[in-house]
Amino acid sequence: MAKIVAVTGNEAVANALRQVNPDVCAAYPITPQTDMMQRFSGFVSDGKVKTEIILVESEHSSMSACVGASAAGGRVITATSSQGLALMNEILYIASGTRLPIVMPVVNRALSAPLNIHGDHSDAMGARDSGWIQLWSENAQEAYDNTIQAFRIAEHMDIRLPVMICLDGFIISHSIERIEYLEDEQVQNFVGEFKQLYPLLDLAHPVSYGPLILPDYYMEFRKAQAEVNTKVPEVVLDVAADFEKISGRKYGLFETYRLEDAEIGIVILNSAAGTTKDVIDEFRNKGIKAGLLKPRLYRPFPYVETGEALKHLKALCVLDRADSFGSSFSPVYMDIASSLYPYNDKPILINKIYGLGGRDYLPEHAEIVLNELIDIAETGNVKSYKEYIGVRE
Amino acid sequence: MAKPVTLKELSKKEILFASGHRLCAGCGAPIIVKMVLLASDYPLIVANATGCLEVSSCISDYTAWKIPWIHNAFENAAATLSGVETMYRSLKKQGKIDKDIKFIAFGGDGGTYDIGLQSLSGAMERGHDMLYICYDNGAYMNTGIQRSSATPLGADTTTRPAGSVVPGKTEQRKNLTKIMAAHNIPYTAQASPSHWADLVRKVRKALDIPGPKFINIISPCNRGWRSRTDDAIMLSRLAVETCYWPLYEIENGVTKITFKPREKKPIIDFLKPQGRFKHLFKPDAEDFLKRIQDDIDKEWERLQKEEACFSS
Repeated sequence: MAKIVAVTGNEAVANALRQVNPDVCAAYPITPQTDMMQRFSGFVSDGKVKTEIILVESEHSSMSACVGASAAGGRVITATSSQGLALMNEILYIASGTRLPIVMPVVNRALSAPLNIHGDHSDAMGARDSGWIQLWSENAQEAYDNTIQAFRIAEHMDIRLPVMICLDGFIISHSIERIEYLEDEQVQNFVGEFKQLYPLLDLAHPVSYGPLILPDYYMEFRKAQAEVNTKVPEVVLDVAADFEKISGRKYGLFETYRLEDAEIGIVILNSAAGTTKDVIDEFRNKGIKAGLLKPRLYRPFPYVETGEALKHLKALCVLDRADSFGSSFSPVYMDIASSLYPYNDKPILINKIYGLGGRDYLPEHAEIVLNELIDIAETGNVKSYKEYIGVRE
Repeated sequence: MAKPVTLKELSKKEILFASGHRLCAGCGAPIIVKMVLLASDYPLIVANATGCLEVSSCISDYTAWKIPWIHNAFENAAATLSGVETMYRSLKKQGKIDKDIKFIAFGGDGGTYDIGLQSLSGAMERGHDMLYICYDNGAYMNTGIQRSSATPLGADTTTRPAGSVVPGKTEQRKNLTKIMAAHNIPYTAQASPSHWADLVRKVRKALDIPGPKFINIISPCNRGWRSRTDDAIMLSRLAVETCYWPLYEIENGVTKITFKPREKKPIIDFLKPQGRFKHLFKPDAEDFLKRIQDDIDKEWERLQKEEACFSS
């Protein structure tokens, strides 16, 4: 039976990792993730897991060790944030290119400079082209649930790709929430046994990992990797359906909130979606048809399904907790714009950047955006396509 | 402890690094790899840093490695292998593996002395049961002979070329073997392919010792050293006989020189056959040559004193 607890996001994810009971974990401290791996290390010290832990000297070595351990033939985890994810960047591509199903919670935090330890999506956005699957989580419950589902997705025989589970630094990682834990046995049965396809440790069948592939075959290799990505959404949905059976909680590629009959809408990731939903309820009470879409599977991005869900709106704002310097708009905006491009009738699309470096996202911010969308929907006039909000002028 | 092996016995063993690899003719690296793999009585798993050995030995769909092998990136062979070794321990503890397997990492001097030093230091400190072997050819040979911290004083490289004002590399090489010994790991050694019996003995000894081990092996590169293609063994021998590359080991903190030349040869004997030192044989470079000789003499003296501390 489900157990109801009051825990932080870090604690919930650490508990999910304990329940999965991986073979190897590489860990390195970085705020705000530290507490998660600390808790997991405690499980190791107390014999609550069979896991062998590698306390590496950097995140670069953390991901490097994960690649070695996963290729060796077992279930492998690590976790990181911010600079740590940036330091791993080189090896992220090697993990996905080698098709290693490593699972890594990423507690989202701003990137330096200037140094800042607070919630921000710039870290994971910097890894969005790395070939990793990204699952984003609004709250501790979703982070817990996504972590458990991540193993099934990563290890699916049609996929075999690494997965990062994104949750907001401090806002989720350090806030106590009510969440429901599954039983250890339920989680064990759900994730099942993992068998590496070509384990390095299989002496009877020696394999070479990490070859040099020159122009004669590199492109075919990359195309195959791109094709694997097209299979991910279906697997994510299948795993979600199985997860619903044991948890009663429903997951999709994204969550829609009062979106079906909406005229104006907001697309927003992670914890700020919760605040936005409350404000949408207030606007609905005033008779305004507002709705929300919160991406869950952000990489690979299910652009067809997303475009289909948003195309009927009159005006839409993508709120992003990260910018993409030098490009036209922020990361999620560009994906949403691409998903809507094929349609002749589509919403007017605007872009707001909010909450960088842990700046609070307040209900007033959602109100301002929704009021602006009402105006755009009525008049068709846009005063600014891209704007920072909640910032000093 | 593994028994010493004879050349006859070694010759009967299977070569686990297949011919057909694409390393240059006369390269020291495959000679070293073959000796190391032959030396082991254990099943081995190898990790390889990016570099000459790696790019030349596994070009898809071919591999020269008859044993499990993994390449990850340039600077992380030690961290990668620490992951492999940890998974091995985890699965062994769970009863999923019963064999005794040994783990060896190969990295060049760029991947070991420079960009991979942190990864190596971390893996050694964590105590993984693995042997890291650096094949030291004294520059970034794979990218075209650029200066590394292992490049010897005075050598001409493509990023520190000997010119009208710069006499090649103006700094001493980093003494990585000493740095690794300072980690207080159970076994650190230097070896040379010219002294195969010494090299094989050191590898066998290292593999028998649990925990982290490091062996630094000089690896002539005729492209970078600008020597003849058949000079690898001759030059590595001269490196040892001039005490440029002393053969020694540090086992549980005790230093032992494993080969003492009857007559220490002058360093010019090692430098002269190599084009990378050609500019040092011009009349105005005598002082520089003297500095090279002095550095080598000083280190050889120091090493002998270090050994004497333990033998008295």
